[in-house]
Order: sequence, then C-alpha cells, then structure tokens
Amino acid sequence: MNDLHGTYFLSGQRVTSRPSAGSLTRVPRVVVDVVPKPEILDPQGQAIMRALPRLGVHGVRDVRQGKHFVLDVEDDVDAQTLHRIAGELLANPVIEDWTVRRL
Amino acid sequence: MGTGGLSTARIGVITFPGTLDDVDALRAVRHAGAEPVALWHADEDLHGVDAVVVPGGFSYGDYLRAGAIAAHQPVLRAVVNAASRRTPILGICNGFQILCEANLLPGALVRNAGLHFLCRDQRLRVESNATAWTGRYAPGAEIVVPLKSIEGRYVADELTLAALEGDGRVVFRYLGGNPNGAVNDIAGITSADGRVVGVMPHPEHAIDPLTGPSSDGLDLFRSAVDAVLASVRA
Repeated sequence: MNDLHGTYFLSGQRVTSRPSAGSLTRVPRVVVDVVPKPEILDPQGQAIMRALPRLGVHGVRDVRQGKHFVLDVEDDVDAQTLHRIAGELLANPVIEDWTVRRL
Repeated sequence: MGTGGLSTARIGVITFPGTLDDVDALRAVRHAGAEPVALWHADEDLHGVDAVVVPGGFSYGDYLRAGAIAAHQPVLRAVVNAASRRTPILGICNGFQILCEANLLPGALVRNAGLHFLCRDQRLRVESNATAWTGRYAPGAEIVVPLKSIEGRYVADELTLAALEGDGRVVFRYLGGNPNGAVNDIAGITSADGRVVGVMPHPEHAIDPLTGPSSDGLDLFRSAVDAVLASVRA
C-alpha cells in the first residue's frame, strides 16, 4: 500500500512517509463542504433527483449538489483562518453554506 | 485620473485568462468615440483610464465558481479602488459575475433554472437611466442584445432585493419571458451610487447591425463617455 515515497490513509489523516527523516510526519487534513443555501433553487440537484428512478431507486426525497474540498494544512493554520478560506473563497456566502471539519 | 483637458474618455477593458469578449468590448468602446485601453489581469493599476469594462467569457475556466478566481486578481483590487472614486465600471456576463464575487455589486449569479446554456437575441427593458452607463436611454426603452450564458440566473436575499427595487437599482429587466429564472426578471443592476453596473446579456455584441441583432448596446458605452466628460467638467 505504501512505499518509501508514498502516502497512505489512516483514520482520515494522511501519513507521509519521509525516508530521510526516518519518522512519520502527520499532515493535518481539513475538509470543507459547501452546499447551496436551502432557499436557492438547485437545478443540478433536481436533475439528479429525476435520474434516480431510472436507476430503479425510490425513496430519495431531495438532492442538493455541493462541493467537497480537502486541504492539507500546516499546524499553525488556525480555525479563524480556515473559516476565512471557506467564507471568502471556497464558498460564496450569498448563495452557499459551508462547514469546516478537521480530521 | 488621466483626463486633464480631455476631448474623449479612455476606457479600459480587462482581459483574464479565459476572457472571450474583450475584443468586442474594445471595439464597442472605439465605436462610442472613446479611446480603448487593453488591461491585463496581472496589472496592479488601471493605466489612468476613466472607466473600466469587465467583459464576458470564462475567466479561469469558471473554476470554483464563475468569477470567483478573477475577483481576487491584482487588477480587481485596482477596480475596487477605482469604484470607490466613482470611476464608471461595467461588468458584462462573466464580468457581472466577477463584480458580484468582488462585492462591488450585491447578490450572485447561479446556474440557469433550465440548466441549458442559452444563446439568443434577448429583449430587455432599460429600467433606469440614472447610472453612468445608461444615461443616453429613455426610461423604459426596449432594446435587443444577445444573451449567452449558463450561469445567468440572478439571485439575492429578500432584503437586498427589496433595497434594489426600492432604490431603483434594477437597471435591465428581461422581456418576453424569463429566460433563466432570474429573480424579478432581473438582467442588470447598479451600485448605490449608480457608477457600477452589471448586466448579464451582451451590449458589446449589439453595436453595429452588420455584426449583431441591433445597435441598441452602443448607448451604454456612449453613456459612459458622457459620464466621464461630465465628471471632468464638474
């Protein structure tokens, strides 16, 4: 799964193997999820809804299509900075809600 | 600004990677009797222009959201500064999206309700001539200009919308049916001071009957020349 220069995934955190250091360096991983606000019509989500019966799937009441960002960040990037990243670039607060999660 | 004793206006047109309509916008500026000035996304200043057009296209491939990356480029910082000095700014299509992302205009532009890319000649009503870009139009004038967009549906929260409508800041409205689901049929809006205008259809493609459906769009650019000359005289 991992070789000397590779990476593998463990409990949602990326563990990078650095042969020269001779030890494992954990890089904190942050996930930002962005979805259209409830009051914003999401025609892409609706198109997905309309496709579901063609798969023979029933019982899905609503689909909202959003975006999922995965960030590898240095330890000194604080929560306030992460929310700036999310609110000023990754999401447009006029039309989208977002959540920030550290894994 | 660079207008000492000027006889006409110098109007800048910004090109980003992925911009498509800068050439037509430069041509529209020339047809309006102004001096066109090409501006580049990495420019830190606006080369002393008297007004700025942010043209349409797909800046940065519409990555992240249409206009989101362009709104953070150096030239947009200069545009925001210029807007604070009442420099006339016009955003067309992707340019409108960029001005919203840069918070120069309220609201946002999202995927068309019907999901299709629309490309057609579109009838509009000019709702306000109290802006730097529409002074030459009679209030209520009907014009025909091309519409070509997929992220053209204007949205804003209720408070913003009430303020726009109440203050007469809706500048253009779609006629003959709402093409993309835009709230209140809104095709274009202006800033509180009337100097910044965003419009989703393309006036720069309708300046000459030889190359467009009409010449109805030319008066936006002529209006900006008027506004520049008036502010120099003032």
